[in-house]
Amino acid sequence: MFGLSALFLARFQFAFTVGFHIVFPAFSIGLAAYLAVLEGLWLKTGRDAYLDLFKYWLKVFSVVFGMGVVSGLVMSYEFGTNWSAFAQKAGPILGPMLAYEVMTAFFLEAGFLGVMMFGLNRVGKGLHFAATCMVSIGTLISMSWILSSNSWMQTPRGYRVDEATGRFLPVDWWQIVFNPSFPYRLVHMGLAAFLCVAFIVAGVAGWHLLKARREGRQASEQVRLMFSMAMWMAAIVAPIQVLAGDTQGLNTLEYQPAKIAALEGDWDSESRAPELLFGIPDMKNETTHFKIAIPYMGSLILTHSLNGKVPGLKDYPKEDRPYSPLLFFSFRIMIALGMLMVLVGLWSLYLRWKGKLYDTPLLHRIALFMSPAGFLALLCGWVTTEVGRQPFTVYGLLRTTDSVSPIALPNIATSMIAFVVVYFIVFAGGITILLRTFAEEPHPDQHGPAEDQPQRAAGTTQVSHQPQPDAGMAE
Amino acid sequence: MTETAGFWLPVVWALLAATSIFLYICLDGFDLGIGILFLKEKDHDHRNLMVNTVAPVWDGNETWMIFGGAALYGVFPVAYGTILPALYLPVLFMLLSLILRGVSFEFRFKAESPMSQFFWDTAFCAGSFVAAFMQGVILGTLIQGIKVENNVFVGSSFDWVSPFALFCGLAVVIGYGLLGATWLLWRCEGELHDTMRRVSFGLGALMLITIALVSAWTPMLHTTYMQHWLAMPQLALVAPVPVAVVVLAGVLFFGLRNPRSHLLPFVATLGLFFLCFSGLGINVWPYIVPPTITIWQASSPPESQTFLLVGTMFLLPLILSYTAYSYYVFRGKMSAGHHYH
Repeated sequence: MFGLSALFLARFQFAFTVGFHIVFPAFSIGLAAYLAVLEGLWLKTGRDAYLDLFKYWLKVFSVVFGMGVVSGLVMSYEFGTNWSAFAQKAGPILGPMLAYEVMTAFFLEAGFLGVMMFGLNRVGKGLHFAATCMVSIGTLISMSWILSSNSWMQTPRGYRVDEATGRFLPVDWWQIVFNPSFPYRLVHMGLAAFLCVAFIVAGVAGWHLLKARREGRQASEQVRLMFSMAMWMAAIVAPIQVLAGDTQGLNTLEYQPAKIAALEGDWDSESRAPELLFGIPDMKNETTHFKIAIPYMGSLILTHSLNGKVPGLKDYPKEDRPYSPLLFFSFRIMIALGMLMVLVGLWSLYLRWKGKLYDTPLLHRIALFMSPAGFLALLCGWVTTEVGRQPFTVYGLLRTTDSVSPIALPNIATSMIAFVVVYFIVFAGGITILLRTFAEEPHPDQHGPAEDQPQRAAGTTQVSHQPQPDAGMAE
Repeated sequence: MTETAGFWLPVVWALLAATSIFLYICLDGFDLGIGILFLKEKDHDHRNLMVNTVAPVWDGNETWMIFGGAALYGVFPVAYGTILPALYLPVLFMLLSLILRGVSFEFRFKAESPMSQFFWDTAFCAGSFVAAFMQGVILGTLIQGIKVENNVFVGSSFDWVSPFALFCGLAVVIGYGLLGATWLLWRCEGELHDTMRRVSFGLGALMLITIALVSAWTPMLHTTYMQHWLAMPQLALVAPVPVAVVVLAGVLFFGLRNPRSHLLPFVATLGLFFLCFSGLGINVWPYIVPPTITIWQASSPPESQTFLLVGTMFLLPLILSYTAYSYYVFRGKMSAGHHYH
């Protein structure tokens, strides 16, 4: 009764807030793992450069994690404010999973974050490493729960529908949590988070390598070390990610063929289908214009067979079709970025073998240019899978139009404007601080977050019964 | 069997939800209070010190609010789906304020120019103030009652603009201010400690006045609330609350007047919060969306509540123990760059 506009704004608002949010958890997942690896290597080898890098990236983590917490807070209430019908119907299934996420992951991360940030001198190396690992494990547990919930919305299992209220009631929690698309999505997203951070690290290192070259000196040991680590990640993880993406594609073809038809811009189901490199899908006229196609490739990629049958959008009633023009491009941008990441990884292997990893400015420039590539690919991937779930919130069962809250248009318009304004302030502030942090070259005796601000170091580490002035995190 | 589970599970969950909301109020209360006290304390070093007392733990404090949202969603989805649309604007303002103040924690330390320092300090203070005020408004609107038909909110977007709800907003700002001030007088020394002791006197007196007004106002809102003060079993529960408030107020002012007492004012303030919270809880019981939806009507099915309860029994003690550990690691007095001893 509130018409399309309130629904459209609610959808736009969700896309905006979740799109803003997802960047930070992905950053945190990858960065926490990187920090745990750095500290572990430092403890194992005693090489100080690892500790310097740990402290350098810890400063970044403090900003990224805080932004993730506050933007996530919005998500946990937005289901209720804008999607109350969905919340009431799917709450019995998704609510407990989100509550488990908070209890098993968020508290773990937040509880040990303080020790990880400011506690190296207070608790000793072993316990501090344990705290870093706890934070990293927390991010991974969190990712598992949220992807399980999301996957349940894509491939719901283990429920029954209560006829009186229309609510989804849990029947088998095992089937709910380990629903058919969950394992594939989990692997794909986890690898994506690692790649996001690998390319950010590579970009920062690339910038410092270029700067050092311009100044006619060698970049610091720390810069070279982190560039090397990032390039190993690109070389190993990017190809694995291609395989993981491929298996998720097969899974989607099995459970959500309409999504595949939409992202491929295919209208008629056919065997020996071509793969479109370019095209403009037209929902109204049920066709795709300006096609540039490679014969047979569509069937080969999607079914691993030249004769494989590929679905077409005309197989589905008009009101059940996802919006192809958006999916077609978000999917292709993701694939293109993925392929570029693989190429960078392979090239770095060759240069490493030739001993020129630190002396090839073109690679460093490309690394710098591609530093946001992981995040862009991640966002495109999420657009593909979420817009591809439309026009349903619970795939095939609950329509998006039946999920929205009975909110008045002025309310949701107000909140939309407020979110845009506040998020842009926060994002601008965050980016400025991150860029300023990145502008400093990591160097020997790197300062951690505590030592940066003398007041802060004294404030958080000095205790009246520990009279000596504190040296921050330095060992 | 199912009958009793259907009765007791929501009761257990109502108590657990109340406990986590209370933990949130206590923990984020002094945290937000510190931001509110920026109004009083302008000195840059002192402000840094104030923020430092909570820097290692504030993420955890805020997590209780995320838990509240998620648990409400999973255990009482009908309440989640009616309260949030009814309180759309206050919830929105609260969330945006929490975002601004949350990032200000990090940003104000990294600000380089006096302009950006001023901007993020203001964001921290205003964000804390508005978040606290909106939490009070949400509480007040809930107590005052939400118009619901067939599990759907049917009131207007501005039902929360009422004298009672706005007064509750003010009450929470004062209460959090007092929690923050007594926390700081416990955790700090010197000039800041003295300032906070002075501020606590005024805030303590204001808090007692607001408690008295809200207590007198609440029973007049609904006949069911009034009945709690007239019928016998409930009267036995609520009658001791005002007496205990008077006793704890005495303890608070005794602690504030005694220069050697550092922790007592904070503990007494927590006690006052506990009394107010349980007093309101007894008033509202057994409704979760007063005056129409009870905890049983709002519940998700027993399968959902059991699934979550099993894990919660193990996880909640674990969470509380490592949270306590984190507070233990960062214990003790702090001072701004000076060493003493």
